[in-house]
Amino acid sequence: MKNLSLIPVLIVGALLVYAAQDFPEWGSPNSPASQSPVSSHFIANTGVDTEVPNMVTAVLADYRGFDTMFETVVVFIAGMAVLAILKKSGKKNPRKREFEVDAEPDLIVTNTVRLLVPVIQIFSFYVLAHGHVSPGGGFQGGVVMGASFILIALSWDLDTALARFPLDRCTVVAGLGIILYAGIGLLSMFLGGEFLDYAELANILPVSREMARYHAMLGVEIGVGLTVTAIMFSLYANLSTEGRLKGGL
Amino acid sequence: MGLEIFNTFILLLLVVVALVALRVRDLLTASVVFGVYSFLMCLLWAEMGAVDVAFTEATVGAGISTVVMIATIFNLKRKSSD
Repeated sequence: MKNLSLIPVLIVGALLVYAAQDFPEWGSPNSPASQSPVSSHFIANTGVDTEVPNMVTAVLADYRGFDTMFETVVVFIAGMAVLAILKKSGKKNPRKREFEVDAEPDLIVTNTVRLLVPVIQIFSFYVLAHGHVSPGGGFQGGVVMGASFILIALSWDLDTALARFPLDRCTVVAGLGIILYAGIGLLSMFLGGEFLDYAELANILPVSREMARYHAMLGVEIGVGLTVTAIMFSLYANLSTEGRLKGGL
Repeated sequence: MGLEIFNTFILLLLVVVALVALRVRDLLTASVVFGVYSFLMCLLWAEMGAVDVAFTEATVGAGISTVVMIATIFNLKRKSSD
């Protein structure tokens, strides 16, 4: 049976390799992606419309802002689903696993992490706030921030990390991120534009319409960052302890 | 020329790493090898100039998802017999 299933795998693989020959050359100006009017529009107008040098961030947070908002909601729902499923199993067997040992946190590891964590967190703020100009943005910054809390949980134990970022606060912060994103969208709607039409924020901000889009993008990136930070940490906290939220890995 | 050698090397390594991740019996090893796979993909994205994607791949693919997979594996009771 195993050998029989190898035949369709090989056929499909050969077909894929054969089809890959039709791909345009890498970076070719004749490829459909380079020739479509959409990409040339973005390349020509992003800097003029929004003053944002990093086109990727501008497309994600402004031109395609609706899409990114619901991507954040998907992350939120994933975190809540893990929470809902594991909460019951954590209450059902609150005892330790049989192979779990009570070990003191290692001196070298904890002191290295003590030095590393502030640097990681400042870097995550940089990634978040500088996402318009250089690669990065809310999602990456949030993940790096969440990873710093996971690092604390790995080197001490989960209780130490949860004392700094309790799980109920995780839920609140995750919700706040989405509210901040949608709130900026709604605010621009109330100011006379469409949902997520950041240019209308120029009515209340002392900046031009282009810079209003620039600053609103920072606002929504912060919203994404809050949600992702909280959900990444609560995912780890729940999955590593089956919802018991006690002890180390 | 240098870039082509780099690309070929990374792509070959990707195939090797993917096969290792499939064949290895220990789930912990497999998830670490998955992390290696993600990091190789991150190098490829960065080389193609898609730095935003490379950044996401490095943080999510090689970082968080490896940690979450290992955290889950420690809670598994049955060992794979395959």
